[in-house]
Amino acid sequence: MFDGQREEWKGFAQGKWSKTVDVRDFIQRNYTPYEGDGSFLAGATDATKKLWDMVTELSKKEREAGGVLDMDTKIVSTITSHGAGYLDKALEKIVGFQTDKPFKRSLQPFGGIRMAQNACRENGYEVDPEVVEIFTKYRKTHNQGVFDVYTPEMRLARKSAIITGLPDAYGRGRIIGDYRRVALYGVDYLIEDKKNQLATSLVRMTSENIRLREELAEQLNALNDLKELGNIYGFDISKPARNAKEAVQWLYFGYLAAVKEQNGAAMSLGRTSTFLDIYFERDLKNGVITEEEAQEIIDHFIMKLRLVKFARTPEYNELFSGDPTWVTESIGGIGIDGRPLVTKNSFRYLHTLENLGTAPEPNLTVLWSTRLPRSFKLFCAEMSIKTSSIQYENDDLMRVTHGDDYAIACCVSSMRVGKEMQFFGARANLAKCLLYAINGGVDERLGIQVGPKYRAVEGDYLDYDDVMQKYDDMMEWLAGLYVNTLNVIHYMHDKYCYEKLQMALHDREVKRYFATGIAGLSVVADSLSAIKYAKVKCIRNEEGVVVDYEVEGDFPKYGNNDDRVDSIAASIVESFMDKIRKHHTYRRSVPTMSILTITSNVVYGKKTGNTPDGRKAGVPLAPGANPMHGRDTHGAVASLSSVAKLPFKDAQDGISNTFSIIPGALGKDDRIFAGDLEVELDAGCCEDLKS
Amino acid sequence: MTGRIHSIETFGTVDGPGIRLTVFFQGCPLRCLYCHNPDTWSLEGGTEMTVAEILEEYEKGEPFYRGGGITATGGEPLMQMEFLTELFTESHRRGIHTCLDTSGITFTREKKNDFDALADVCDLVMLDIKHIDDAEHKKLTSASNRNALEYLAYLAEKDKPVWIRHVTVPGITLDDEYLARLGAYIGKYKNIKALDVLPYHSMAKKKYERMGIPYPLSDTPEATREDAVRAREIIIKNMKLSR
Repeated sequence: MFDGQREEWKGFAQGKWSKTVDVRDFIQRNYTPYEGDGSFLAGATDATKKLWDMVTELSKKEREAGGVLDMDTKIVSTITSHGAGYLDKALEKIVGFQTDKPFKRSLQPFGGIRMAQNACRENGYEVDPEVVEIFTKYRKTHNQGVFDVYTPEMRLARKSAIITGLPDAYGRGRIIGDYRRVALYGVDYLIEDKKNQLATSLVRMTSENIRLREELAEQLNALNDLKELGNIYGFDISKPARNAKEAVQWLYFGYLAAVKEQNGAAMSLGRTSTFLDIYFERDLKNGVITEEEAQEIIDHFIMKLRLVKFARTPEYNELFSGDPTWVTESIGGIGIDGRPLVTKNSFRYLHTLENLGTAPEPNLTVLWSTRLPRSFKLFCAEMSIKTSSIQYENDDLMRVTHGDDYAIACCVSSMRVGKEMQFFGARANLAKCLLYAINGGVDERLGIQVGPKYRAVEGDYLDYDDVMQKYDDMMEWLAGLYVNTLNVIHYMHDKYCYEKLQMALHDREVKRYFATGIAGLSVVADSLSAIKYAKVKCIRNEEGVVVDYEVEGDFPKYGNNDDRVDSIAASIVESFMDKIRKHHTYRRSVPTMSILTITSNVVYGKKTGNTPDGRKAGVPLAPGANPMHGRDTHGAVASLSSVAKLPFKDAQDGISNTFSIIPGALGKDDRIFAGDLEVELDAGCCEDLKS
Repeated sequence: MTGRIHSIETFGTVDGPGIRLTVFFQGCPLRCLYCHNPDTWSLEGGTEMTVAEILEEYEKGEPFYRGGGITATGGEPLMQMEFLTELFTESHRRGIHTCLDTSGITFTREKKNDFDALADVCDLVMLDIKHIDDAEHKKLTSASNRNALEYLAYLAEKDKPVWIRHVTVPGITLDDEYLARLGAYIGKYKNIKALDVLPYHSMAKKKYERMGIPYPLSDTPEATREDAVRAREIIIKNMKLSR
């Protein structure tokens, strides 16, 4: 163990963190809140511009090549599988790619060999036959494990897409390693720490304890590999980082090792900007670097994060409308002692959107609090207006549950870094579930029995109480099936595709969240509102299945701050979450739920028939918790207020609302909306008249 | 009492400071050639609402409006003077910032008492001066600009903060001489806090078609953003010269 006197830590205030792994304690004792504006920021250096030109050129080639420039078909990706890769070694301040060159996608078959093969084939490549043989004959994959165990009911629910987007053929992701630990402690100390964890773990050999010991051993292997990854690039990361550049590089190696090992649905970075700021402040104070150099290091780091790429199939990309990696970085927020966690480095991260231009990745996420420094709020607003590339999350809400060192995985999932993780569980289609309630479990598209054969709705018109009762029963069935399907998936993922590097950067005792999700909430709310406040007539096909609806009269629609329907939406969320809670979850994980489809709502809509709100078959569901497109007619405040009524306690994994607005509608000169909405009455015509 | 309200926008960002609940009053005596809300002309349409009902909408979104407030626009809110005053009085009682977006067209000194009562509860007036030349003003709006200018003088006497709005229309107001006259005229008023010059656009054309009204400016080109910026400079220059 350390004695707290390491020379790499010179200038840092010592504390609990210097005797045991505790990054938060290090941050709290050492960071410098910044309340100023962005005027200190530096532009892109020549090296940055040159490198970014190379990236732009390669991106163009990649597009011209149909979306993929190069793929590895032979070397199975591991932390140490590839030699060093560079854009231009002489110019890069931060180095490291997933394979031996940029834009070459790695081969990751542990989630499923068929998925890996398809990803290659669809892009004109063929996985080496020997690799295919190994992963079919000798090494079982996660995907194989899941399908060995799935029940016929699970397969059917998957086919009909009442449960959909399941991570049963690809990496589940949504785990954030505490990559900061690599920089602060060096890998050797983390290895010592893990060895100690293993030595003090229970020795009574229950399957649970056996699994823990095996996992800790796996984590140790991963840490040794991580050290080797440093060596491959000529760095000794066994020791703590000595300066800001090393801190960023060490941290990035931690993250790079994770994306070399896992092709997860979301491979988020964590909350790194304020941590790293401590190193930058020390170097700036000691005259080791200039602001320009500091920005250059961050620009190069962000550039690397933008170049994280995975081999994926066209269906996967269709589901997510693109090729997202969800390299989410959480910025800002307020500490539990009331000090804002905004530093100069928070500004530097956001400033990359100017130096490198806008980009969807990394997903820069501002943890918003009403108490953030005003100048930072103004800066964020300005950058949002300029780049449309910032995501916002409610820190005041999440801090209550997760404290002040949590980060967002994917787009909304919050977890304490290094202390909590989640089992990602895609989502259940509640709009389709409503149709099953009406049709007694018969799928409206496939015409086959998928759900239980409960009594279908009778008569020409839908009766609210009758439908609600049937819906409640059907949700009960769906919740059970859904949770059990996820139990299978996560058991197999742990077994065949364990995230050993990411979990090595966690504590031993980890709190696990069992994340579920729902799609189609606004369709359900509006449908039930239509049934309650208007008249909805059923139209049946020859088999007697209700396949369409006629709505007679008007009804309150979700998104207008109207309690009559908003309360229906809120009660559905609460009710479904309660049903989820009734079931056993894998590894005693804590069930949560999200309402967050950002893009996959389009695909889910395709697979959902006509609904009683008047939505036609195939029309996209609204994203996340959004009102249905065009139905919120009272302006943004009313629309947002409806969403804000959804109970966070029953959707703790996050509620998303996709909001687009043309800049001109945000006020004159794009300025009125900036900041916390205070604008001086003096709007700038007449101040120079006063003299 | 109730007012006739055309509609309510819960996310108003261009009609006063901050995010505002923007209340569109029904009814307007002017027939401006470039009017983009012809559906607010008639005094008969709209929905009858009470002050309590409007402020309930405000309260529902209250956290959003803390840096903003409530704006009465239209239509011409002054057409429903009594209701408007009641709305602003109750708003003020609740500590809500009030803003009136008006053409000032109904103002006369004879109604001073009524206007005093309104001014007491109105924090900001956005006064739309449509044209500085009275003859041109008549052509553009069907009425004289005398009342509007008199209202400005009245607001200056009360030292009430005013934002001036002016729409630049090619061939009508987008004219260096008129703009200079406008600047010279308003320059003497120290209560003017901001000047908002808007380029004319023809986005209302569709609305006219739907309502079956001929669009009066169908041959007039739109003004550009640059036109508006230049017009604003001319006005400000002449405001300075007049001091």
